[in-house]
Amino acid sequence: MSANNDTVSKTFLVAFLLCLVCSIVVSSAAVFLKPIQQANKLDDMRKNILAAAGLYDPSQSVSDQFKQIETRIVNLQTGVYATEAELADIKSAGFDPDNFDHRKAMSDPKLSAPMKSSEDIASLKRLEKFAPVYMVKNPNGELEKLILPIRGYGLWSTLHGFVALQGDVNTVVGLGFYDHAETPGLGGEVDNPSWKGLWPGKKVKDDQGNMALTIVKGKVDPQSTNAQYQVDGLSGATLTTNGLDNLVQFWFGQLGFGKFLDSVKSQGV
Amino acid sequence: MSSTKEILVSPIFSKNPIAVQILGVCSALAVTTSLQVSLVLSVALTVVVAFSNLFVSIIRKHVPNNIRIIVQMTIIASLVIVVDQTLKAFAYEMSKQLSVFVGLIITNCIVMGRAEAFAMSNPPLPSFIDGIGNGLGYSLVLIFVGSIRELFGAGTLLGYEIFPLVTEGGWYYTNGLLLLPPSAFFIIGFFIWGLRTWKKDQVEAPDFVMKPNTTASESH
Repeated sequence: MSANNDTVSKTFLVAFLLCLVCSIVVSSAAVFLKPIQQANKLDDMRKNILAAAGLYDPSQSVSDQFKQIETRIVNLQTGVYATEAELADIKSAGFDPDNFDHRKAMSDPKLSAPMKSSEDIASLKRLEKFAPVYMVKNPNGELEKLILPIRGYGLWSTLHGFVALQGDVNTVVGLGFYDHAETPGLGGEVDNPSWKGLWPGKKVKDDQGNMALTIVKGKVDPQSTNAQYQVDGLSGATLTTNGLDNLVQFWFGQLGFGKFLDSVKSQGV
Repeated sequence: MSSTKEILVSPIFSKNPIAVQILGVCSALAVTTSLQVSLVLSVALTVVVAFSNLFVSIIRKHVPNNIRIIVQMTIIASLVIVVDQTLKAFAYEMSKQLSVFVGLIITNCIVMGRAEAFAMSNPPLPSFIDGIGNGLGYSLVLIFVGSIRELFGAGTLLGYEIFPLVTEGGWYYTNGLLLLPPSAFFIIGFFIWGLRTWKKDQVEAPDFVMKPNTTASESH
């Protein structure tokens, strides 16, 4: 290292050139890889939707499989599909209704509102006005499967996932969380296939139409008449289990998808 | 100038960055819960150390002494961003699991330690090889710790079941401690112990010698 490196002008020159080269490298990496990254992100979300409904086949491309799914945006307050005017509102808030970014909309000030703490059983803090729903229809146009995005706070983190229902909008097909940070081996067992395998066939509401689905502490007694509404809790993860139960209560309740499910039941899709 | 082979091999056991230089321990605690994640971070770190050494070495004769650390940081940070972006594009699942830890390679002491200690005073090619060697030394510890933690913490290796778990009808009770970061402290500790028992020259001279206990006659 020669001494003339330490002059002020050389210092500025080296710093300037280095920053120029580095910024070109970094920004070109970011720009050129962005389309692939976004496609990955979208594929990942779609994979989770398909997986929740038990439709995911790893041997086929996600975008091909997703073609069977119809996406609609629902107004959670009214329980019906977003009207043309509402879709225009969504557009003016900077969202694309055809490719609705639900995760972003949850915290967008125009599309979400703070919740009262008495109503906020799943600790969401803010509730969005619009949420996407995903439907699989048979060739006659009848609903076969309905997939709803759900989320709620567990022990350490908000769990984000999907729950899939049969065409009767009362029987669970499957459930899965794609983003959470619960303790591995305890709360993290929400990802365990054998626990997720307990969900299919469970009923959301009882014959009188009351919310009945719940996660119980410990094991469900298979002899009990309520067994069809109950799912085993995660052992060693009481707080995650409580969070899961709260989010199920919330999203099937009137503030969540309750109104939408009622309208699907009475009027069809 | 030591031989190329020595530059490559010596950081793996005799000058291992984690076990001997005690650098980069923080990420070794955080990402070693599963072997697959450890492997990806090992590769990412090896790439970053090798290339940061290469580029720092190429420009070493033009770097003003008073901004050299910033120059090294800029190069390292740029490389880390490129690696992070590449992972997000081509190994999306992995990058989700690694989350912030790829970005934290910037603060990994091994990278800057090697740039400052080796690349600033050696030609490009040996510096590049030194980077790979140190990356491999780091990888060795990560793979070692990651294998133990995944095997005994979750009963699997690379996601394949090795020990059938009690929860799935097998016989193995998982050790939950191994899935938490403190367990890596113990494992790295045992690793260093093992290494120093094998290579006695790594044992440091004690900073002070404890006096023997006072005897009964002295206490009066």
